[in-house]
Amino acid sequence: MMEITRKLTFKAIGLLIVMFSLNVAGYAERVATDKNSYPKYPWSFSGIFGSYDLSSVQRGYLVYRKSCASCHSTEYMRYADLQQMGLTLDQIDKMAKTDQILDGKDAQGKDHYRPATVVDYIPSPYANKLVAQSVNMGKVPLDLSRYAMTVDGQADYIMAILLGYTKSPVDFKLDQDGLYYNRYFPGHQIAMRPPLVKGGVQYTDGTNTTIEQQAKDVTTFLSWTAHPHLIERHRIGIMALIYVAFIAVLTFIIKRKVWSNVK
Amino acid sequence: MSQTSKPCPDQDKQKKINKKTISQWIEERLPVFSMIQREYIRFPMPRNLNIWWTFGAVLTVVLVLMLATGIFLAMSYTPSAEGAFASIEMIERRVPSGWLLRSLHMAGSNLFLAFLYLHIFRGLYYGSYKNPRELVWFSGLFLMLMVMMTAFAGYILPWGQMSYWAANVVIQAISSIPWIGEGLAHWLMGGSSPNDLTLHRYFVLHFVMAFLIIGVVFIHVVCLHFVKSNNPKGIEPKTKEETLPFYPYYVAKDAVVIVVSLLLLILLAFLFPDLLTNSENYTPANPLETPANIAPEWYFLPFYGILQLIPFKFLGLVLSAGSLLILFAVPWLDRSSIKSATYRPLYRLSLFILLIAFVILGIVGKYHTHGGLIWLGRLALLYYYLHFLMILPFSHRFELKRTLPVSLLDDDKGAKS
Repeated sequence: MMEITRKLTFKAIGLLIVMFSLNVAGYAERVATDKNSYPKYPWSFSGIFGSYDLSSVQRGYLVYRKSCASCHSTEYMRYADLQQMGLTLDQIDKMAKTDQILDGKDAQGKDHYRPATVVDYIPSPYANKLVAQSVNMGKVPLDLSRYAMTVDGQADYIMAILLGYTKSPVDFKLDQDGLYYNRYFPGHQIAMRPPLVKGGVQYTDGTNTTIEQQAKDVTTFLSWTAHPHLIERHRIGIMALIYVAFIAVLTFIIKRKVWSNVK
Repeated sequence: MSQTSKPCPDQDKQKKINKKTISQWIEERLPVFSMIQREYIRFPMPRNLNIWWTFGAVLTVVLVLMLATGIFLAMSYTPSAEGAFASIEMIERRVPSGWLLRSLHMAGSNLFLAFLYLHIFRGLYYGSYKNPRELVWFSGLFLMLMVMMTAFAGYILPWGQMSYWAANVVIQAISSIPWIGEGLAHWLMGGSSPNDLTLHRYFVLHFVMAFLIIGVVFIHVVCLHFVKSNNPKGIEPKTKEETLPFYPYYVAKDAVVIVVSLLLLILLAFLFPDLLTNSENYTPANPLETPANIAPEWYFLPFYGILQLIPFKFLGLVLSAGSLLILFAVPWLDRSSIKSATYRPLYRLSLFILLIAFVILGIVGKYHTHGGLIWLGRLALLYYYLHFLMILPFSHRFELKRTLPVSLLDDDKGAKS
């Protein structure tokens, strides 16, 4: 009797776990379809032990400012947030000072610009959505704050798009001027011009500035902006897991001891 | 003078008595110490409780975790359509340990609903709703509805795409009620679509509900302690030998399960956060752009599934809400005098089919299925109601009951026959 009850109990728990893991199934499915459509890269930040190569994040920031930030925003980031990628406030302050940001009106009622400081938001390329729309074929360029998290395919997709610009096949006609052929973009017609140019950015650490390297670095940077606390989160998670597992063993031993005199 | 400076043994004794009387002083005015003794130390528990009787304790711990993290999150949150998303980004990026609090709060909400469902299933399986525990059952179901409402309100707060469109689905469902629907939806949301007012209201609702839940938990526990716990055999203990004091036996047992669920919390919050979060919700709410797949959190999937199975919106709403509300009628629907499903083979079988039906409804909710699966879903929905309206009231007439044990000390093998 007890045996059957126990078996069925486990089955019941199992079924509820099925419920609980419906999202897991969806997640696995998403990963599986991604695998088929574009190349997979062994990103250092994937998996539960994943971590960022901070020098790559920093290089990616340079690429981002040079090649992406002229059209795309990272609306929710302040300069000071860049500390998380391994920079000191002084270093960030120096970088921020090179940007001019709009700061209300001056005494004559004209727009007042001043050098940015660490507490400012990283400026968006357009004054407002309408301007952004009008110069980009009617569509506001995506905000990249969380893009590496929200887009299907995530880092691999971004990498694929950045490296996916090729000559269009002979039988393929682009709908209008200003569109580019990209083998990984859905529909293959993308309004974003190829953003990366060989040697288009100056790396201070002497890393090669090939398009592949820039794409890898900027993808790493965008993944970092989407999950800025990933390193800390994984570190705390694993430490807490070990600690609580230890406590679990202790409480189990205590429970066994307390119950040892119950027949 | 010289006399008073000498250490006087009498005075020492007096001091000791004074010390003792502080707790006595309180005890005489508010008997908390004897209450703790009676309700949490000597409190008699059936000696045969299994792991299913630990989830109540786990839920209490999760509730405390939710309040502790939630209060601090509320301090940095802005409940307006303009500022909500940005304030979540601020919590995640800049508020010290904000990301940590939010991860725990989000993972905690998932554990809360998971353990709540397990807890209720325990009640159904072992007949914990039967005489004399009806009020424990009702207060528990009331808590479930409150937790669901709180979870729903909480999911709207980040004002991401899923927040907005989930709220929109609920508006659509409510406005399908004949006559009053449109007005009710408008009143609940402060407009014809989710908006700034909605956010203000649901923030207050989320915050206030959390504390009301504590009050109802108190009632739930008082009810339980008055009638005492049910047990896997479903017979009431008659002698002292059939019980064990709460401390240390069940404190030790609850502790193990609480710590193990903490492990689960850590895994979900820190190592696998993607499993439970819909990344779509990290895109700001956009009323002009409907996401391709609107799906609620996993714990609402079966009820969302029911909405999708029925082509008539209002009927869908009735069946979806009814699938929860019918639980309130269970003490009257169940006509059998035997509590535990262990001794009711037919009822137990039906209960497992019910569980499968519930999962199927969830799958329908998740994948917006078409064709054959829709019919499987409708079959599952039919069975869900069949279980409560046919099996519960009538199964006791023709099921082969197993002999109930006489005492909790009885060996289960003796009870088989």
